[in-house]
Amino acid sequence: MAADLVAFDDVLATYDPALGLEVHVELNTSTKMFCGCPAVFGGEPNAQVCPTCLGLPGAMPVVNRKAVESAIRIGLALNCSIAEWCRFARKNYFYPDMPKNFQTSQYDEPIAFDGWMDVEVDGGVVRVEIERAHMEEDTGKSLHVGGATGRIHGADYSLVDYNRAGIPLIEIVTRPIQGAGARAPEIARAYVAQLRDLIVALGVSEARMDQGNLRADVNLSLAPKGSDRLGTRTETKNVNSFRSVERAVRYEMQRHAAVLGTGATILQETRHWHEDTGVTTSGREKSDADDYRYFPEPDLVPVAPSREWVDELRGTLPENPTVKRTRLQADWGFTDLEMRDTVGAGAFGLVEATVAEGCPPQAARKWWLTELARRANESGVDIADLGVSPAQVAAVQALVDDGTVNDKLARQVFDGLLAGEGTPEEIVAARGLAIVSDEGALGAAVDAAIAANPDVAQKIRDGKHAAAGALIGAVMKEMRGQADAGRVRELVLERLA
Amino acid sequence: MPEITRDEVAHLATLARIDLDDAELDHLAPQLSVILESVASISGVAGDDVPPTSHAVPLTNVFRDDVVVPGLTPEQALSGAPERSGGRFAVPRILGDEQ
Repeated sequence: MAADLVAFDDVLATYDPALGLEVHVELNTSTKMFCGCPAVFGGEPNAQVCPTCLGLPGAMPVVNRKAVESAIRIGLALNCSIAEWCRFARKNYFYPDMPKNFQTSQYDEPIAFDGWMDVEVDGGVVRVEIERAHMEEDTGKSLHVGGATGRIHGADYSLVDYNRAGIPLIEIVTRPIQGAGARAPEIARAYVAQLRDLIVALGVSEARMDQGNLRADVNLSLAPKGSDRLGTRTETKNVNSFRSVERAVRYEMQRHAAVLGTGATILQETRHWHEDTGVTTSGREKSDADDYRYFPEPDLVPVAPSREWVDELRGTLPENPTVKRTRLQADWGFTDLEMRDTVGAGAFGLVEATVAEGCPPQAARKWWLTELARRANESGVDIADLGVSPAQVAAVQALVDDGTVNDKLARQVFDGLLAGEGTPEEIVAARGLAIVSDEGALGAAVDAAIAANPDVAQKIRDGKHAAAGALIGAVMKEMRGQADAGRVRELVLERLA
Repeated sequence: MPEITRDEVAHLATLARIDLDDAELDHLAPQLSVILESVASISGVAGDDVPPTSHAVPLTNVFRDDVVVPGLTPEQALSGAPERSGGRFAVPRILGDEQ
């Protein structure tokens, strides 16, 4: 059932939103957080497990050094302080995808804390404060069977695969972002997108939202305009694309305002995001932290990273993203506006990779921001998840540059790429898209166009070359777009000189 | 004086999935209070300069290298499962919600 919503502008007239984001990053270590089982997706169910990640009695966990390194590098890249001494903690709750009946996490001693990230939004910069980044482990995967809908509440029983249980996660938590107003949805999206770029640059995770390597939970509350207190928040889970992050914030703002408008109160709860319908539905009431009965993990000794180790890891950080953007903007010759649009569309990394494949920067920008952004938008996916690679875009542009196809035909090559018809070259051959360079055929089409449009032809003879467009259009149509428009223009003007 | 109320014991029992009836609560809640008081007497000995101990041995930074070691086969992993289906553990219908 769809909830009542208040128009977005009306929400802002009455309330100030406060936004918080929790992002879980699944690390790309070879092994799990506390045992030597492979930390890879897929495979036969329960084939990547051992007594430790199954929570069998007597099993002892040992921390993965590489995971701690990744955690510290993420913390440093987010301008955090790195704890000199910190412990793991048990978060106690019962759920069958967690065989130990507690999740090994960190509680009041995160490995990284008090950082920030400058997020570029619409040409400006918003500083998002990072409260903490801590280490924990992933859970198993449940398959719910039976029930009327197959959904979780209707399930008769569940089947659990523990291959994912124990894979290292870093949870990155922002402080509440206040004062964002109408830009709250956009800031949320930009933050997650930029965080993904950072994680990719660090090389610590595959960072694919559609694969669940990067999962965002969106916390949102509304307070009466001008009030400095925070309202009751909801935590929306399962938000698995940049676009959905933006939509989920917008939706919850509108829903909260509708609830508050009736004089009711917001229930502090988790909510589930539904990608297909663009709504959230109630999950469970949020437990108090006390109910998790956190206590220091006795089976793992404290982590006390030496300052030498932290400094060494600091030396491995990639170029600061802001500095890098400035450098590449100059290299590419983009205007501020072009750069802003590129970053805003989430295409910065894609353009960079396409240029690295030999594509001219402006052409790379053009394809990603027009043709491919439009298609991603139509399919409701993030541009990075569209299914076209930077190498393919560079290959298509190479076909344009060598005169095999023009821009219009190149669009049909993208159709073929999205349909999985092979390489750009194969698609051009299979679809017969190459430009007709047969001068005889072109000349005949030009003559026919002149004969069919005597008035236009006379204007051109009278020196009005601008009128040539109509004849070129007619020829291009006759040639089904497979002609070089510049050559057609030359032929028209030659004949009517 | 530390004290644990009957309601708190009932709440903890729920969190721990222990089914206690009224008679058991009446019986156990005062006992837990006594235990808590006994343990709390330690705070009379420990000064402010003695931090709470979470680990018996003064060790830090015990790590392992990120190298795969063989674990269990699916057959071994499932050998103790009361119910299974298609290589997965079968568990009763889940009423709660994922964390």
